[in-house]
Amino acid sequence: MSATAQTPKAAPRGSTASRARATRLLGDRRLPVLVTAALFIAMYVGGLSRYQNYGFGEPQVFLNLFIDNGYLLVAAIGATFVIMSGGIDLSVGSVIGFTTMFTAWMVERQGLPLLLVVPLALAVGAFGGFLMGYVIHNFEIQPFIVTLAGLFLFRGLCLVISKESISINDASVGTLAQTRVSLGVGDLSIGAVVALVVLAVAAYVLHYTRFGRRVYAIGGNEQSALLMGLPLGGTKIAVYTVSGFCSALAGLLFMLYIQSGDPLHAVGMELDAIAAVVIGGTLLTGGSGYVLGTLFGVLVLGLIKSVITFEGTLSSWWTKIATGVLLCAFILIQRTMTARRKT
Amino acid sequence: MTTTSRWRALTHHHLFWPVAVLIALLLVNVPFTPDFFSINMTDGHLYGSLVSIVLFGSPLILVAVGMTLVIATGGIDLSVGAVVAITGALTCSYISDQTDQNTLSAVFLAMGIGLVAAVVCGLWNGFLVARMGIQPIIATLIIMVAGRGVAQLITDGQIITVNSEPYKLIGGGYWLTLPFSVFVVAAVVAVTVALTRRTALGLLVESVGGNAEASRLVGIRSTRIKIMVYMFCALCAGIAGLMISSNTSAADGNNAGLWIELDAILAVVIGGTSLLGGRFSIGGTVVGALVIQTLTTTIYTIGVPTQTNLVFKAAVVIVVCLLQSPKFRAKVFGAKGPKGPRRDATPVEPAPAADAAPKMEVSR
Repeated sequence: MSATAQTPKAAPRGSTASRARATRLLGDRRLPVLVTAALFIAMYVGGLSRYQNYGFGEPQVFLNLFIDNGYLLVAAIGATFVIMSGGIDLSVGSVIGFTTMFTAWMVERQGLPLLLVVPLALAVGAFGGFLMGYVIHNFEIQPFIVTLAGLFLFRGLCLVISKESISINDASVGTLAQTRVSLGVGDLSIGAVVALVVLAVAAYVLHYTRFGRRVYAIGGNEQSALLMGLPLGGTKIAVYTVSGFCSALAGLLFMLYIQSGDPLHAVGMELDAIAAVVIGGTLLTGGSGYVLGTLFGVLVLGLIKSVITFEGTLSSWWTKIATGVLLCAFILIQRTMTARRKT
Repeated sequence: MTTTSRWRALTHHHLFWPVAVLIALLLVNVPFTPDFFSINMTDGHLYGSLVSIVLFGSPLILVAVGMTLVIATGGIDLSVGAVVAITGALTCSYISDQTDQNTLSAVFLAMGIGLVAAVVCGLWNGFLVARMGIQPIIATLIIMVAGRGVAQLITDGQIITVNSEPYKLIGGGYWLTLPFSVFVVAAVVAVTVALTRRTALGLLVESVGGNAEASRLVGIRSTRIKIMVYMFCALCAGIAGLMISSNTSAADGNNAGLWIELDAILAVVIGGTSLLGGRFSIGGTVVGALVIQTLTTTIYTIGVPTQTNLVFKAAVVIVVCLLQSPKFRAKVFGAKGPKGPRRDATPVEPAPAADAAPKMEVSR
């Protein structure tokens, strides 16, 4: 499936060099990421020219994209692993909501130190993901249904803990939430820094380790991966565990960002995460994509929100419509590209 | 036929487990509310727990019936909740613009506008899935995300209330002592069953779900069938949207039909239709939807805190799916699991095969 081998077929008339270059670019796996990055830059430049006088150009506005969407980035990275392996995880939003609720309850109502609650929350999220992966692999039930059950379960557990939201007044949480890391031109919150670290780790794991290659292989063709002797079950279960862990971590970041636990936190965020992954150019059938694309997907979604805030007259539902339109555009781009590759 | 073999035949009927679960759930209520099965006549209307289960379950049954056909073709439709919201928003905003909201023709026109919008959504989904060859989960995700935004755009972010007697009938009114929505559901189910089981249509749908490429090669217009099925599903969702907004006399772009796609998929799965496509059971789906509605009602009547509702639902999903998994049955109930070559005993194969076929087709 290498892009270069496909090039002659993609340009059957074997015409000029520029055409060949164009077809090579169209066959390039990196194209979706490049398109998303270009779109992000175009949107940013557009915003600059339109809201120059309102301070859009300040570096802090750019850094705020990371501060305001750190949790989404972490959740989307988890979703990237699952989607890369050809699966899907619908429980993301619920696990995030559950984690905010769980930590708030543990810290505020039980008086446990944050240092103890954080690993516990991460462990619960990872274990939830592990269980889902176990059921998906061992009983051959569709990921869609199993993670749907996970969605119900974790949202239900949120409500079992408490029907009302719990605000967090704990000193250590407050300190953490207030801490800023200065970058000279502006500053980042702890949540944004954690998100960037997760991004770096995920990029390393997916692109430079044996585990990462297995995820790509299973997503590309499960039967072939099995015939090659790859540990199918272990990898699949691990992928859902990673997603569960990332969701829980995203929940912690969200808790820091919003400083409360609420049973209705992050409802439907799995869709935002999936949308970010798709807009980032990862193939939904699995086997192709980059974590960096997910970063740009999240940034584009975040930028839509900032632009709507700056515009002032646009209402929040335009976020949904714009996300849908972008989603549609990128799915169609992906589709035409994969169609080209096959011909 | 001996009693044991008759018992075997009964337990192996595809509706056995869903109906058994439904009856068990209904019986659970009796110790808590002894008059659970009694039905009273008040003001010429029938009242009772059973009637309200059917009444409140009506929109879910409708959506689930449409979803069954989509799933039978190997697809899935996540956009039904958004379609419910769009239909309700369009219809209610048209009615609320009228000076006399009780004009019959205006109400019919409003409902027509809502349903046409729903069918257009279905056409768009079907186009993406069948023509563009996009994975159904993703293709329908677009309207799922954007649709609620559109619904809010139509209602301008407000909850639009209407005050129209004729419109109230479809979701909240009574006719011949029964809730009117029961008749609507019965009609839709009857038409669907007649079309799919008395004509070849059902067979064609199942064949497309089994292997779309093979069906195309034997001369079935699989593209057209798929588009049709998505349009039908959206139409059902549209009717459900009318019912929901009519019952509350209001259109809420944000919350109308929230999560109904997940409940509908659940109903289909409980009803024994495999998510892999290739076969379906409308009867099973109706029973499945009733199971979900009964579960909700039961949780209310038993007095379990309502917030545990979702945990129960999760437990039911897992149990039903595990029972349907041949691998699970083989592991838990020993080697006596799948004897003959059951259709659902080949879970992994069909999807990749159906996927691989078009690739080979194109490269030829």
